[in-house]
Amino acid sequence: MSNDTNHHTDKHSGDVNYLNFEKGFMSWWMSIDHKRIGLMYLVSMIFFFAIGGLLALVVRTELMKRGQTIIDNDTYNMAFTLHGVIMIFLFIVPGVPATLGNFLLPLMIGAKDVAFPRLNRLSYWVYVFGSFFAFLAIYFKLDTGWTFYSPYSLRNAPAVMSATMAAFVLGFASILTGVNFLVTIHKMRAPGLTWDRLPLFVWATYATALLQVIATPIIGITLLLLFLENAFGIGVFRPDVGGDPVLFQHLFWFYSHPVVYIMILPAMGIVSEIIPVFSRKPIFGYKAIVWASVGIAAISFLVWGHHMFVSGMSDFVRYLFSFLTFFVAVPTAVKVFNWVATIYKGSVEFTSPMLYAMAFVFLFMIAGTTGIHLATLATDAHYHDTYFVVAHFHYTIQGGAVIGLYAGLHFWFPKIFGRMYNEKFAKIAFCLLFIGFNGTFLPQFVLGMMGMPRRYADYSTFSNVDTFEYLHFISTCFSYINALGYSLVLVNLGYGAVKGVKATANPYNSLGLEWQTPSPPPHDNFETIPVVTDWSYGYGEEYSDHDHNGNKKVVAKPA
Amino acid sequence: MSHHETLPAGHYHHLEPEQAYHSAKLAMWIFLATEIHLFGGAFCAFAFFRWRYFDDFNHYAGQLNWQLGALNTLVLLTSSWAMVRGVDAAQKGLNKLCGRWLIVTIILAFVFFGIKAIEYSTKLSHGIYPSTHIFWGLYYTMTGIHALHIAVGIGLIYWLYLLTKKERFSTVYYTPVEVIGLYWHLVDVIWIFLFPLLYLLGGVGAGAHH
Ligand SMILES: [Cu+2]
Repeated sequence: MSNDTNHHTDKHSGDVNYLNFEKGFMSWWMSIDHKRIGLMYLVSMIFFFAIGGLLALVVRTELMKRGQTIIDNDTYNMAFTLHGVIMIFLFIVPGVPATLGNFLLPLMIGAKDVAFPRLNRLSYWVYVFGSFFAFLAIYFKLDTGWTFYSPYSLRNAPAVMSATMAAFVLGFASILTGVNFLVTIHKMRAPGLTWDRLPLFVWATYATALLQVIATPIIGITLLLLFLENAFGIGVFRPDVGGDPVLFQHLFWFYSHPVVYIMILPAMGIVSEIIPVFSRKPIFGYKAIVWASVGIAAISFLVWGHHMFVSGMSDFVRYLFSFLTFFVAVPTAVKVFNWVATIYKGSVEFTSPMLYAMAFVFLFMIAGTTGIHLATLATDAHYHDTYFVVAHFHYTIQGGAVIGLYAGLHFWFPKIFGRMYNEKFAKIAFCLLFIGFNGTFLPQFVLGMMGMPRRYADYSTFSNVDTFEYLHFISTCFSYINALGYSLVLVNLGYGAVKGVKATANPYNSLGLEWQTPSPPPHDNFETIPVVTDWSYGYGEEYSDHDHNGNKKVVAKPA
Repeated sequence: MSHHETLPAGHYHHLEPEQAYHSAKLAMWIFLATEIHLFGGAFCAFAFFRWRYFDDFNHYAGQLNWQLGALNTLVLLTSSWAMVRGVDAAQKGLNKLCGRWLIVTIILAFVFFGIKAIEYSTKLSHGIYPSTHIFWGLYYTMTGIHALHIAVGIGLIYWLYLLTKKERFSTVYYTPVEVIGLYWHLVDVIWIFLFPLLYLLGGVGAGAHH
């Protein structure tokens, strides 16, 4: 991407930037700088990720041996519920958009900030406020599972009311971010940054923002109805007065399937940014990736029924949901082919962000293909509510969304902090994480196929308890390695952020607009608003007189 | 190529006035879409249970006071008209006139609340609670969420009124009035759907016991 800010590149590195232009707690808490808000989101979310991760270890340790290992059944129910609630609502739903999205979106489109900086700050405040309700739910001993299925969720009103209030408030934060990003992308692109030059991460953020604003209100009303059900007994989800728990499931999954794409689409955007840089090739099939993002977002609204194949639906509706679910595989596979084609014959550099990006592609393929097993009616009847689902889900969300987030964190780390982490250490941490993750969840596919139900605190009464115990033991051991990997990543990145070697403005020689400003960027991102003359994937195209659409280049590079 | 180059660095007035106006309007339209989805979920639930408990729903709908409902519809429609007058005055830079129309809007909103309060208290005094039947559960939920939107609207319009006091609006700047006006119309439109859905479907007065 050519622009007129190149000549400022190194002059300001280490001088006044967004990190140090104002000091003190209040300068952060009151900040309306999108970069600071993104960073505050990041720190808060990593905190919740750590809590959710520790709860996962508690769950895994309990399952390591048959019978009671460390906690009783009721505590176990709370542990896996809180693991789910914290990981979903406080970590991965805000996820990439609230952190890297906030930080990068204005930089990538050549703007000084998002369209509504105060709304952006409000979104963060609402997020913090919502997290207090989550703690309240812990205090009241929430144990319904993260899905709040009725009638389980009608037994402990204070806990469910706190949790639904938390999710409702957090949904508000999500909607505010979505509205803000949609308007920002529509109205604030730098001159020359046409839709067909838009970076793929921005496209992914756009598709995600659409999902945020379309889907989130539905979970809002659903949880509000559940809240009122617990508060006043309105009857809608209460079977003993004629209400319908299956209606809750429909409304819940109408949001909660698309939300999986709120988690995964931005991660796909990150991977689309990283792969061309370290393959030194233009992204393959730019338009196909754009349409796949939008297509995935659209189809994601038509498949929620696949969570309810055994909840009671007519056969015709089940065929329909099954077929439509298969259909999501098409745009997803389009993306995978494009990433692989981009790497093909490139001069690949195996940096740590690239390793994470490639791990994403690999793990997400396992997630996708096992998803096909669950979309198939006959096999789903067997797999439903077993560890097969648990494994599939974690391949999607940890192997996909979390690995994608970590890919992005490593990739944009020098831009965010103006320093580098230790690359060798990052690779070691990645290996531990990768091995630990696969070792934890591959055995769970087998457990699920053998009939191990999810959410059970104990399996000692099953006939194949010996095999279950063996596989659970392996899974738990590897989960410790996985946790060690994550800890090392955080230590490495934390140390690098404070003490790392100073990074240059553009350490990877990337063409992305965000790299054409100092690291860390100044408070207003660009000294002058850049003028964009081409897309940002033209690796090896610099000397061609045609742009990526095959048109003859009109504008020469500005001097 | 860009006008931004002439802007001083380091300030949050990072949008051209024109751009800010269009951004705010787009944001409000998107937000209104989310509101429609929020109510849409409740409407789906209502449609589903009406289909399942058809006779009950018709029976209970008949117990609602449609005259008061109709009166409230009229009150809200009039308040929307007052809002339109307010927006028009703001666009002409007439702060004082705008302020007056905003106050009219607020008064009408309180009239709506008064009538709604009469309806609620009558029902409650007859022992009709949200837990009496799913119909009433949804009635109290949907009208309650709607009333909450009215309350938020009153707050926002009062804030606009304070801005008119400070002579904040002019022929070139009236974005908040227009954007909050959009919100107010949506609240009105939702009532226009709620009224027939709750009060009129099933025939007026079909089960009027109370
Ligand atoms: Cu799904």
